Amino acid sequence: MKSFFRLFVRNRAAVAGAMILLGVLAMAILAPILYPDDPWDMVAEPYLAPGANPDYALGTDMMGRDLAAGIFHGARVSLLIGLVATSVALLLGVTIGALSGYYGGHVDRALMRLTELFQTIPAFLFAIVLVAIFEPSVTTIVLAIGVVSWPPVARLTRGEFLGLRSREFVLACEAMGMSDVRIILRHCLPNAAAPIIVTGSLMVATAILTEAGLAFLGLGDPNVMSWGTIIGAGREVLRSAWYVCTLPGIAILLTVLAINLVGEGLNDALNPRLRNR
Amino acid sequence: MADPILSLVDLRVHFPTRGGVVRAVDGVSLDVMPGETVGLVGESGCGKSTLGKAALRLAPATSGSIRLDGQDIGSLSRSALRPLRPKMQMIFQDPFASLNPRLTVGSILEEPLVVHGRGTASERRERVAWLMEKVGLRPEAAARHPHEFSGGQRQRIGIARALALSPQIVVCDEPVSALDVSVRAQVINLLTDLRSELGLAYLFISHDLSVVEHVSDRIAVMYLGKMVEIADRRTLWTRPRHPYTQALVSAVPRPDPSDGASRQRIRLEGDLPSPIDPPSGCRFRTRCPIATAACAESEPVLRDFGPGHRAACHRADG
Repeated sequence: MKSFFRLFVRNRAAVAGAMILLGVLAMAILAPILYPDDPWDMVAEPYLAPGANPDYALGTDMMGRDLAAGIFHGARVSLLIGLVATSVALLLGVTIGALSGYYGGHVDRALMRLTELFQTIPAFLFAIVLVAIFEPSVTTIVLAIGVVSWPPVARLTRGEFLGLRSREFVLACEAMGMSDVRIILRHCLPNAAAPIIVTGSLMVATAILTEAGLAFLGLGDPNVMSWGTIIGAGREVLRSAWYVCTLPGIAILLTVLAINLVGEGLNDALNPRLRNR
Repeated sequence: MADPILSLVDLRVHFPTRGGVVRAVDGVSLDVMPGETVGLVGESGCGKSTLGKAALRLAPATSGSIRLDGQDIGSLSRSALRPLRPKMQMIFQDPFASLNPRLTVGSILEEPLVVHGRGTASERRERVAWLMEKVGLRPEAAARHPHEFSGGQRQRIGIARALALSPQIVVCDEPVSALDVSVRAQVINLLTDLRSELGLAYLFISHDLSVVEHVSDRIAVMYLGKMVEIADRRTLWTRPRHPYTQALVSAVPRPDPSDGASRQRIRLEGDLPSPIDPPSGCRFRTRCPIATAACAESEPVLRDFGPGHRAACHRADG
């Protein structure tokens, strides 16, 4: 654990990413305290430019809604959707990949054909279709993003498990009569965890982007304000009030960049093959 | 005479591959008596490790029977086999791959006991300490991880794990091949001490005849998936019948050249043929110094050459 922290800190960019991410996290936590009112409330005159009124430092949109409140509350929604959707994808992908790699044979062939079936459909289009079929809500958006992003996790996990399956310590477990569930959870999974964690961290960024894309197209949950919602609403006034789209866009850019930097740092710190390079 | 603890009859292990069927083990019969050590020697790729793994059902047997303590385990389901697993355990070749790097030594050794529901938590801790002492490790080291130990120490941990469930037979798959020469003797001595103390039977697999000779009561020689000769240690060493065994014996360096008959080093030409497409008739004929045309026609069967001494060669005379 100590050496993990030391290796992570050695990567300056990863530390910067972690700082930005902590800032976004602080925004998400502080949103209800700093902006206790509903971000959908119309609080001031519309099209207030950033800096024009110190009470609404980031300006207002075409309905007179406070952009700063929207961005703070949007951080909650975007991070939540990113994390939960990634958890769904990891749960699906790791389960399918682990069974596939551990059992091999017919199980492997069947599960890999299923994975390929999902991989042939472009992820974003698939997500649009899923959300369009089921009413757009936080739950359906999270499930849709999870369902379209598990195949790479399944392939990665399968590869790790294929390698671990024939390792001698796994054979020793089998020889002592251990149940498959225990071998998979206690012996294979912890040894396959490092690359899965790295992939998972990068998937959070992709999930945030996908959610923003869906909201931009009007497929966001109409009851919550995410960064994508604000951009989607502001796209019609892009030329007259550029900041409505630009400010949440910068928030997305910084968050996704930060997550990718942290993911890279995790990769360096967790991947023993790259150590001491 | 007692019944064998492990009995393999006409065991075959074939692996289908792209290039054809690999006949890794092709009809081997072998008995191991309680308390007995049977050595299994042969070149890399002759199928000896596959045989050991198949005996434990870690590799799938294509045909033949495996009887453990009188019970046919070859056809049991994995779950029906589980309660019988404690009787037979395995020691692996690579002490760096055979221990889970993420667990402490204490939990590695405790795990077989947990899996089979043996004892309470405190009894299991006592057992782990006892095991570590048995293999010459300090019980305080139980809290450490495998990477903090040397190769020899890790092999001791692997041995302790194999003994945790009090097995009657242990398959040792090249247990000292990956170790430094300086610690080999220690580990071999540990294995022989444990055998006499705990009444263990060993199936001792190695490519090194001098190691096998040191520990075994009987020695079986494998070539390309077949057993070519089996005899007690002394007989195999002094009167090998099969030309392959003769070549192996002649290749072992002796500390005292005047010991026994003056040996002529027999050199084998060429490599092991492919187990996908073995030679017709006698599989050894392509490298055999005394092969004749007849050897290509029919496959030699194991013939008796004395009590417990059998060899499969057309040219060997009784």
